[in-house]
Amino acid sequence: MIELAFWVLALIMVGAAMAVVLLRNIFRAALLLVLCFFTVAGIYITLNADFLAAVQVLIYAGAIGILLIFAIMLTRDLHEGNPFNRLKVPALVISLLVLTTMIGVIVGTDWGGISSNPQAVEMPVDESTTSYVATALFDQDKGFVLPFEIASVLLLAALIGAVVLVQDRDRR
Amino acid sequence: MHLGIEHYLILSAVMFSIGLYGALAKRNAVVILMCIEIMLNAVNIAIVAFSRYVVPDVVLLTGHVFAIFVMTVAAAEAAVGLAIIISIYRSRQSVDVEQADLMKG
Repeated sequence: MIELAFWVLALIMVGAAMAVVLLRNIFRAALLLVLCFFTVAGIYITLNADFLAAVQVLIYAGAIGILLIFAIMLTRDLHEGNPFNRLKVPALVISLLVLTTMIGVIVGTDWGGISSNPQAVEMPVDESTTSYVATALFDQDKGFVLPFEIASVLLLAALIGAVVLVQDRDRR
Repeated sequence: MHLGIEHYLILSAVMFSIGLYGALAKRNAVVILMCIEIMLNAVNIAIVAFSRYVVPDVVLLTGHVFAIFVMTVAAAEAAVGLAIIISIYRSRQSVDVEQADLMKG
């Protein structure tokens, strides 16, 4: 069952990602990117990461998808389509090189017991990871409280930066 | 045939390469940003897969925490990146990265 879910999700994900790169209509590319984000959430569920799947749908499929569609609407370059630049062939060669290298390393590595770890392969039925993620984030000894605070400062800086960048210069 | 860590890592590698190709070969800045998001998602899949297979007991979820930080930075990056693209569009009436050569010497 979980294998079937993985293969269906993986096929849809790779197809949607290819469509983002190859489609001529940029608006359709953005919608397929949102589909791609949804399938990534499904992959997280097959990995027993339910909290991350929910966050993926909220942040990526929701927020970033809407943001990208708004940016496409505001920049009105729809008629230009989604053209390639003059690096089309070298970029293809480089990415295929990267892909074959990575696949070679992944296949060539001896994963030992990790890959067929029975605890990982069989899916625990009803246990939410949310409280464990919270423990991992905010634990007093091994937690990530300072990085969490730094992330909030980063988000504040990004918010202010975005507002400053897009505000109308003439009306200041 | 059961799912091993290789399946997830190869899926992640394929997604990363597609995103890399798009980020290198496209002219529209918004599409380049979309391809960068695909690459970040690919990395997240690899992180979560490692977290699932290397440390399978649910108690230690450092990999999930890393993925959450990647998502945070991706959200900030998307907001600032799109603001820069809209700013460039205002001054040049185009989001073609080959025409955005203001800083070219």
